[in-house]
Amino acid sequence: MKPHINTMIRGVLTVAEKDIRIYYNKPPVIIFGLIFPFFMFLAFYIGRDMDLSTLFPGFISMALFFTASSVGPLITPWEKQQGTYERLLSFPVNINTILLGDILAGATFGFMISIVVIVASVVLLGVVIEQIMVLILSLILGSMCFAALGVLLASPSSQAPSNIMMLSSLVRFPLIFISGIFIPIKELEGTGRILSQISPLTYLVDIFNAGFYGTSVFAISIDVLILSAFTLLFVYVASLFHKKNMLKGL
Amino acid sequence: MSAIQVENLTKTFGDFVAVNGISFEVAKGEFFGLLGPNGAGKTTAIRMLVGLLTSNDGSILIQGLDITKDVISAKMKLSTVPETRNVYTDLSARENIQLAGKFYGLSKNEIAEKSDELLNELGLSDRGDDPVINFSKGMRQRVSIACAVINEPDILILDEPTEGLDVQSRRLLINKMKQMNENGTTVILTTHNIEEANQLCERVCIINKGKIAAIDRPETLTSTFDKTQSIEISFNCSVTQDFFEPVSVYRIENYGDKWRLYTSSPDRTIKHLSKIAEYQGLEIISLRTLGPSLEEAFVSLTEVKK
Ligand SMILES: Nc1ncnc2c1ncn2[C@@H]1O[C@H](COP(=O)(O)OP(=O)(O)OP(=O)(O)O)[C@@H](O)[C@H]1O
Ligand SMILES: [Mg+2]
Repeated sequence: MKPHINTMIRGVLTVAEKDIRIYYNKPPVIIFGLIFPFFMFLAFYIGRDMDLSTLFPGFISMALFFTASSVGPLITPWEKQQGTYERLLSFPVNINTILLGDILAGATFGFMISIVVIVASVVLLGVVIEQIMVLILSLILGSMCFAALGVLLASPSSQAPSNIMMLSSLVRFPLIFISGIFIPIKELEGTGRILSQISPLTYLVDIFNAGFYGTSVFAISIDVLILSAFTLLFVYVASLFHKKNMLKGL
Repeated sequence: MSAIQVENLTKTFGDFVAVNGISFEVAKGEFFGLLGPNGAGKTTAIRMLVGLLTSNDGSILIQGLDITKDVISAKMKLSTVPETRNVYTDLSARENIQLAGKFYGLSKNEIAEKSDELLNELGLSDRGDDPVINFSKGMRQRVSIACAVINEPDILILDEPTEGLDVQSRRLLINKMKQMNENGTTVILTTHNIEEANQLCERVCIINKGKIAAIDRPETLTSTFDKTQSIEISFNCSVTQDFFEPVSVYRIENYGDKWRLYTSSPDRTIKHLSKIAEYQGLEIISLRTLGPSLEEAFVSLTEVKK
């Protein structure tokens, strides 16, 4: 296979542009990506005797996690159902181009919404940011990682979009309870602690803590490394599954 | 160098052989038809031609280029209007066409110019900025073909593009295909409309059960595989099949207010029919003789043996 770097980059950007135009305002994305994490947070915050600042990095992580991973599961099942997928594949792209485009679209969504939330919190709530570069880095890493997870969740893409959305909630839900969002990681013990270490979200919460408060459980480099590794893993597995299921349900 | 060269192409799904060792060649600039009954394997063959499906055996060369080796280069030269032809309904007609242009790497100006031109040619200029969700089937299909031709491909492959369209949309589509072909594009057309294939294609390939049943010029196929002659007649009032009892023909078919009689001697049959009509006081409204047809050739080539 000859390298077609330019065609590939063009393909990724064009796919992402299409996704942004079509899928950002689809109801499942709005519900699972925006409304849902907000109410989740309220449900846990209200009535508990906790300082907002302790929970804030966790809240931003959760928002980013849900937002970035909400676009990916929708796209391929939706396109198969609509019959646009075969047309998309007939353009000079391959499956990886399409996946990277979808990831870029999901990541951009997560990144933008998080920035808005963070800026609003700084202005309205007086949240202070200790290390802005670390924060930006973690936003980028987190967006990419969970957008890739979102695309991975679309793997059984011959299913109806509603089934995929259900499945992806099923996978995403448990992660927010084991990742130190509602209970700080350092207060976790035993099984909780072990579970938290296999969740990619844990490392995002941790690096956000470093960004906002300059304190973290793991070293920043460990967080970066592990988040990158998860991202690559998600992309790789997504590519395998999507290739396998490419023509199913056309 | 031929536009497409297919050698011994085979595709199986489990135990089922969908395409069974087909070989053919399409010359540069040719208008080539792919006919066959439902489930014959046309779409499967096309999906392999455009690099969507990998074959179990055989080879495909697109302008000399092995499709499995460099599918991206092949796709730059070859556009498809797939059977599942939906365009993005959330976007407008123009946005759909522009999206295609971006995938092919056209410049902003080229895209703007070409999309105006295509919308105009395909009768969509006043609806160009409406979302496709409000479009009829025929209009959507016109958008679909516009997306496939914006890059002026060397090869254009269409899988049943005119299926279920009204006369106007069909004509617009056919004119576009013809025009592309006149400008040098190789066109491969799949259709269930035999008359359409007969009028457009220089050669047709008839596929049946995954195998090539025949491949030739439409006229040659017609004269080789169909020797029947028939007469089509209608009267000023309706008659029953009994009316034709005395006439010696080997098959009678009824279409609406018309009867078709298959005969070995049209002359004798017509003379006989006019006598009976006169005797019974019936007026003949229309009468025409029909020679062998591609449709009959197609039917005899793809007939299910009882
Ligand atoms: N992905 C698949 N898995 C299993 N069988 C398949 C698959 N795709 C096609 N087939 C089978 O292969 C055969 C050929 O199908 P194909 O779609 O190529 O026919 P076709 O000639 O295009 O028919 P039509 O005129 O109805 O479009 C059919 O029997 C179909 O059921
Ligand atoms: Mg078909």
